[in-house]
Amino acid sequence: MKKASIIMIIGSLLLLGLFKFPLWNIMLGAPQYPDPLGMNIYIEGIKGVEEFDLQNIDGLNHYIGMKTIPKAEEMWEFSVFPKVILGMAILGAVIGLLGYFEKLGYKYFIGWFLLMSVLGILGMYDFNNWLIDYGSNLDPHAIIKVTNPDGTPMSYKPPLLGFQKLLNFDVTSLPHTGGYLMFIGMALTLVAFWLGRKASLKKV
Amino acid sequence: MKNIIISTFAIVIALTTFTSCNNSGKSGGKSGALGSNIAEKVYVAPGEYDSHYAFLSGGYSGNVTVYGLPSGRMFKEIPVFSQFPTSGYGYSEETKPMLNTSHGFIPWGDAHHPDISQSKGELDGRWLFINENNTPRIARLSLTTFETEEIIEVPNSAGNHSSSFVTENTEYVVAGTRFSVPIPQRDMPIKDYKGNFKGSLSFISVAPETGNMDIKFQILMPGFNYDLSHPGRGKSHGWFFFTTYNTEEANTLLEVNASQNDKDFIAAINWKKIEEYVNNGGGTMTPANYAHNVYNEDTHTATSTMKKEVRVVNPIDVPGAVYFIPTPKSPHGCAVDPSGEYIVGNGKLSANVTVHSFTKMLDAIKNEKFAGEAYGIPILNFEDVLAGVVNQAGLGPLHTEFDGKGNAYTTFFISSEVVKWKLGTWEVIDRKPTYYSVGHLTIPGGNSGKPQGKYMFAMNKITKDRYLPTGPEMEHSAQLYDISGDKMELLLDFPTHGEPHYAAAMEASIIKEQSQKIYKLADNKHPYAAKSDADTKVVRDGKEVHIYMTTIRSHFSPDNIEGVKVGDKVYFHVTNLEQDFDVPHGFAVIGQNNSELLVMPGQTKTSVWEPKQVGVWPFYCTDFCSALHQEMQGYIRVSAADSDTPIKWSLGEDIE
Repeated sequence: MKKASIIMIIGSLLLLGLFKFPLWNIMLGAPQYPDPLGMNIYIEGIKGVEEFDLQNIDGLNHYIGMKTIPKAEEMWEFSVFPKVILGMAILGAVIGLLGYFEKLGYKYFIGWFLLMSVLGILGMYDFNNWLIDYGSNLDPHAIIKVTNPDGTPMSYKPPLLGFQKLLNFDVTSLPHTGGYLMFIGMALTLVAFWLGRKASLKKV
Repeated sequence: MKNIIISTFAIVIALTTFTSCNNSGKSGGKSGALGSNIAEKVYVAPGEYDSHYAFLSGGYSGNVTVYGLPSGRMFKEIPVFSQFPTSGYGYSEETKPMLNTSHGFIPWGDAHHPDISQSKGELDGRWLFINENNTPRIARLSLTTFETEEIIEVPNSAGNHSSSFVTENTEYVVAGTRFSVPIPQRDMPIKDYKGNFKGSLSFISVAPETGNMDIKFQILMPGFNYDLSHPGRGKSHGWFFFTTYNTEEANTLLEVNASQNDKDFIAAINWKKIEEYVNNGGGTMTPANYAHNVYNEDTHTATSTMKKEVRVVNPIDVPGAVYFIPTPKSPHGCAVDPSGEYIVGNGKLSANVTVHSFTKMLDAIKNEKFAGEAYGIPILNFEDVLAGVVNQAGLGPLHTEFDGKGNAYTTFFISSEVVKWKLGTWEVIDRKPTYYSVGHLTIPGGNSGKPQGKYMFAMNKITKDRYLPTGPEMEHSAQLYDISGDKMELLLDFPTHGEPHYAAAMEASIIKEQSQKIYKLADNKHPYAAKSDADTKVVRDGKEVHIYMTTIRSHFSPDNIEGVKVGDKVYFHVTNLEQDFDVPHGFAVIGQNNSELLVMPGQTKTSVWEPKQVGVWPFYCTDFCSALHQEMQGYIRVSAADSDTPIKWSLGEDIE
């Protein structure tokens, strides 16, 4: 159980990587942009991969009437997400510590994992909603208006995960370092649960 | 019926395909195995990069052109000494001071010898220096922005030809005079040239961090013609060598009168010794008048300052600093091998190449074995200093470069060839024709302690039949050779712009990495910059109207302007708000009497427009910037001189 608890602590602390590394990354390449423009999505806000990427993405997007990329203070998520992540990291570490001193059972580990998963899915759902709004809530006076074959306005929603072609742009959306650390951390808490369970079964 | 039409159509297509296959087969068969092998050596596939940069002098174009090797593709023309309407250089208010001189504004120059800055005898890729021959000046170009940053006029000089070569650590960029003149200039009979005219050799210090140039001292030499020069390096670091002709001091019909002496001189200058003399207060500050023009990258503006004095040194006041080495037949090119031991003098009326030994020179000086003196300057014995002669190598040797593997390559103007010979044994290894009448040649890093000897290119003076004819006037031609093997191999012909007297080249890696993409708007300190739409305005100041204008894809702000009157002097200060690589905007207004502007991201440039007619006049973006480039336009209303139309401006709404 000691080993399981240590892994639980490490796993939950890996969430703190999100304060340093981006959760997600969206890259936009085009014939005119052999070096793609890119945005890194941190839990505290959106930054350009290169210094002027956001400005240049906004500059291009004004042709199709997209809103500018929100500043941190323009979205409640960027003030709430850091609190949630910090809270979950501390909670996980505390659970791990209590587990280490045999005050709590291994079932709390899976409990943390499930809570984190629910929060994570809610976060992704919210993020996707923003992407939909960003990609389809367009200025009616846009310079370029593109419609789908059925006549509805084309959406420029970037993919949540994976690759999509949007007009001349190749858009790739993937987790970044912070996101991968979070996934590894969550996986480690599952391992902790499994080890803790094995240890307790042995005892019996 | 329909089927018949379709199948007929299909047959026609099949035939066409068949025929075109046949054609391509034929044209492919023209080049043999050897030809395709050479083609591969210069083929840089689409999207791939050349391995070397080459900076070619534009000669009488006054500018520098940037080429890639081995493809021979031209990437850019950098304006230096000549106005350049493509970008507005020399026309815009910011760059006009770059072309200021003691003779006033000079719109043109004759660029000659580019040289790349060095550290410890190796090319460091920071700056490119180049001389202007006609109105003596030296320019310094940045190799991060590929723009001219500084031009200094050289006083007491005329025909600034034995220039602009740098010392091993870019301590100095050196400029020598080809035409001796009265110093100081004065009204005197031309026939009194001999003994009265002087030739100045200028040592211009280069600040290690900024590159800023300052004339540290000028050596006032006898009135010969100082033709070309090269720095000592390695063991001869601290010395500089200048070829001379017209030691006869003729002032008329030089083609005969300056060709009488069997030998002229190479002047060997111990500049370290003179530097020490000057640092201890030696030399005389004398009145002069010369322009020093500096471009500031933050204000995007050049300033021109007139300097009023220069330090001159009489060589006989510094014993042991200057010697003459007799060199046959009006030597032209002067080259120093990578070790610094051999000093090559190419007697242009000779069939031989003369090589002097630096070690022997020092010995002769130590033993005071002199053959005589000229105006108090000791002349060494030719035989005492001679290292060797490359005999009957060709006709009319001009210039020599080195490959760093013990070989030298000399161009022969009259016999139109490049000859490869071995240092030390002086034997000829190979010779290859050039097309035609070659002047300089360049090996990347050739004028340094560490040549990058894979390619050599010869720059020719005569083109004749090398390309499709273009009437009487043709571009000059260069030939690229592979020199990695024992024998030189001709790879490529490529046309060059103006007259590329000389070129400097180096491996691409350093410069490619440092090449700047944009100017940061945040760093723009131009006094008339508008850094956002909120800063745009139109301000009247008497008869002057200043328009603070911005550009961003795809509009000008403001794009409707009223209140300008006939007789006004209208300053369009255009700031490009873009911060994206390769998104310049252009600016042109009808009836502009100077040139367009091409404004790089983050930059501000100013064009003056003096409207002479009442009307509503358009202006537009000249650089196809975006899908809505054609929409990037505006109007300026010009009212009668006595009208009372108020100054107004707008974007996106009616002006009233």
